[in-house]
Amino acid sequence: MNYSDQFRDKDLVTGLARRIRTLTSGLDKPLTFMEVCGTHTMAIYQFGLRSLLPPQVRLISGPGCPVCVTPNGYLDRAIALCRLPDVIVATFGDMLRVPGSSSSLMEERAKGAEIKIVYSPLDAVQIAVKHPGKRVIFLGVGFETTAPTIAGSILAAQKLGLTNYFVLASHKTMPEPMGILSADPELSVDGYLCPAHVSAIIGADAYRFLCEEYQVPCVVTGFEPTDVLQGVEMLVRQRLAGESKVEIQYSRVVSWEGNAKAQAILAQVFTPFDADWRGIGMLPGSGLKIAEPYAAYDAELAIPVAVEPLKEHRGCQCGEILKGKVAPYDCPLFGTSCTPESPVGACMVSSEGTCAAAYKYGR
Amino acid sequence: MCVGVPMQVISIDGDQAMTEVDGVKREASLMLLGDEVAVGDFVIVHAGFAISKLDEEDARETLAMMREVFTPESMG
Repeated sequence: MNYSDQFRDKDLVTGLARRIRTLTSGLDKPLTFMEVCGTHTMAIYQFGLRSLLPPQVRLISGPGCPVCVTPNGYLDRAIALCRLPDVIVATFGDMLRVPGSSSSLMEERAKGAEIKIVYSPLDAVQIAVKHPGKRVIFLGVGFETTAPTIAGSILAAQKLGLTNYFVLASHKTMPEPMGILSADPELSVDGYLCPAHVSAIIGADAYRFLCEEYQVPCVVTGFEPTDVLQGVEMLVRQRLAGESKVEIQYSRVVSWEGNAKAQAILAQVFTPFDADWRGIGMLPGSGLKIAEPYAAYDAELAIPVAVEPLKEHRGCQCGEILKGKVAPYDCPLFGTSCTPESPVGACMVSSEGTCAAAYKYGR
Repeated sequence: MCVGVPMQVISIDGDQAMTEVDGVKREASLMLLGDEVAVGDFVIVHAGFAISKLDEEDARETLAMMREVFTPESMG
């Protein structure tokens, strides 16, 4: 059985869309729902879900693409590290083309830096095993879904007794920016499609404060077209009933309490810190850095390097796009000087970025 | 980056599982799930790790409920 295809059934998709149209037909003011996960953004564009929804339902994208919210300073440090002798930088593929202040990992690779794309952080550990004379630095970027896999790679390196495996960690946690966006009077989000696989780790209970403090409905939603539309329908129903609670649409995978073992590994290897988000700024307690007992694996501490001064790209609207305030088409650079082939901002680079999805699949 | 894929466990060797979907096989670490996974189970595989089990009964119920409401006939 393939659990992706069945949730893409055309009859079910059109049926759900029709029901949302009926439910919202009496509304005179549109409802604005934000999806807070790059995979949702991609699914909404890829399957053209906006075109199935009535004008009474507006979907906007939030800060859910981990590559996009990673600030330039992190990339500049990764670039400085890859220029050091005897260093191999290992990374997920979508970091490669993100522009830093004056270069990108792709440019550095063309100039001779050793940069390897891996599918799993455990592949990076294997590179360290095979190259004992090199320092292997993994770029640890991602939310609560990816962070435990990187914590797992550090534990694996420790078990193997490796002293040449390091992580440049810039992990972020999802609930904090959702709190900030909920409190933003300019935005007025009527409900959240909460991330699917982040929630598999942290559990749906993590969003309860949004309902209690800001009265925003939250529905943990899967990534297939029927999932997204069912999530939208559940948000609409909450709004019509004047409710604000957490519901789980994606109950085949997500529980209220989440994955206890992954949470324990996260707490063991990482510690919360005040992380910098591109476009949003510093948010207290919104990031995960390597905890003191694992400091030997922390590339930032173990391999000191001079990093070039920060330079932001002029005209790029990534910051406002990540907050859902500006749509890709409203950015003056979109499709002109900023394209997937020659990106200016991170939102155009990652396949999960709002601009990249809008460019590839259209409105 | 965050794309997790539902895959079926076809064998387990210690902390490592072999998983498969549509004939594509992929190794997955069970470090984040542990003993609760058995051969035949569906798991979400993300960056080389199984991060969550997929409840098949729940998936079937969701699909059945939707199909009941949204069959082509019932849509007129």
